[in-house]
Amino acid sequence: MARTAVLGRLNWQLGAVAELVQETPRVASLVLDVPEWQGHLAGQHVDVRLTADDGYQTERSYSIASAPENPRLAITVERLDDGEVSPYLVGEVRKGDKIELRGPIGGYFVWRGGDDRPLLLVGGGSGVVPLMAMIRHRSASKSTTPTRLLYSSRSQDDIIYRAELDALCAVGDGLTVAHCLTRMQPPGWRGYARRIDRAMLEEVAWPKPQNPIIFVCGPTPMVESVAGHLVDMGFDATSIKTERFGPTGG
Amino acid sequence: MTVQQSDLKLDGNAIGGLLREIFTMEMTTAESTCAGCQKVHAVGQVEVYMNAPGVVVRCPACGQVQMRIVKGGGRYWLDLTGIRSLEFSA
Repeated sequence: MARTAVLGRLNWQLGAVAELVQETPRVASLVLDVPEWQGHLAGQHVDVRLTADDGYQTERSYSIASAPENPRLAITVERLDDGEVSPYLVGEVRKGDKIELRGPIGGYFVWRGGDDRPLLLVGGGSGVVPLMAMIRHRSASKSTTPTRLLYSSRSQDDIIYRAELDALCAVGDGLTVAHCLTRMQPPGWRGYARRIDRAMLEEVAWPKPQNPIIFVCGPTPMVESVAGHLVDMGFDATSIKTERFGPTGG
Repeated sequence: MTVQQSDLKLDGNAIGGLLREIFTMEMTTAESTCAGCQKVHAVGQVEVYMNAPGVVVRCPACGQVQMRIVKGGGRYWLDLTGIRSLEFSA
């Protein structure tokens, strides 16, 4: 608790782009060196601020993708073509550029680890980003918390972190990932081929007596539908943490 | 493209940075009691609309407007009429 209840003003600071990773055609990760970074918890986000030549400023929130154990801070950004900020972060930014940011922000949608309850993570599109921070934290801290990720993408090419998720599952330490592809499936696809629904959640979710901690992140309609199903299925509402993102200008 | 009001709805996580500016505290874990229905929610759970000139926060249970926050010209304007109390760690 002490770590998230840090007092005082949150100052803007500069992070230098150390690495750019093109995750999918529309999504890139920016790996940043932030000299003043004070550490974060899995699930927290940062605000990024861009300033135009004429002084106009605009801010957006991006979930932190990297594990707290990682000395570099990574954010993963989906490019929205009519957005103000994301087309700059995905496409314009180059290695060595400096980005203005502040954080870490948030304490509600956070997984600290260190308890025995299994984890159910449900993500849609770039809603997987804070869930990936939790999965990376789980791996980096050598946790064997039984963890299931149900991850919805439009097509196979849109799956963010696909190779890393495959590799982390192959370790065999209790992480499994179920993919669903809502718009287009490759030939021979064996995962789900529809939007996340109650039947899918019943197959993937932990049995109720195991009392999982549940994190749901994605576009607002998906989050509300999934959270509604989980409550209807009898999961404890206080164990379901949700985070919505929407078209607020990208 | 038709934008539905429901698509514009976010949650209290989205204003964690703004609330931190105002309260200088992590506020998404704060608990707010609705002045309308008296239900208690974590600030991370409340409904947030950011497409207006300011931020409008509504109770996820009854829809009551809990907070309105406008920032501009170097000032904040904060209306908390819809919140009966806010409880957070010191």
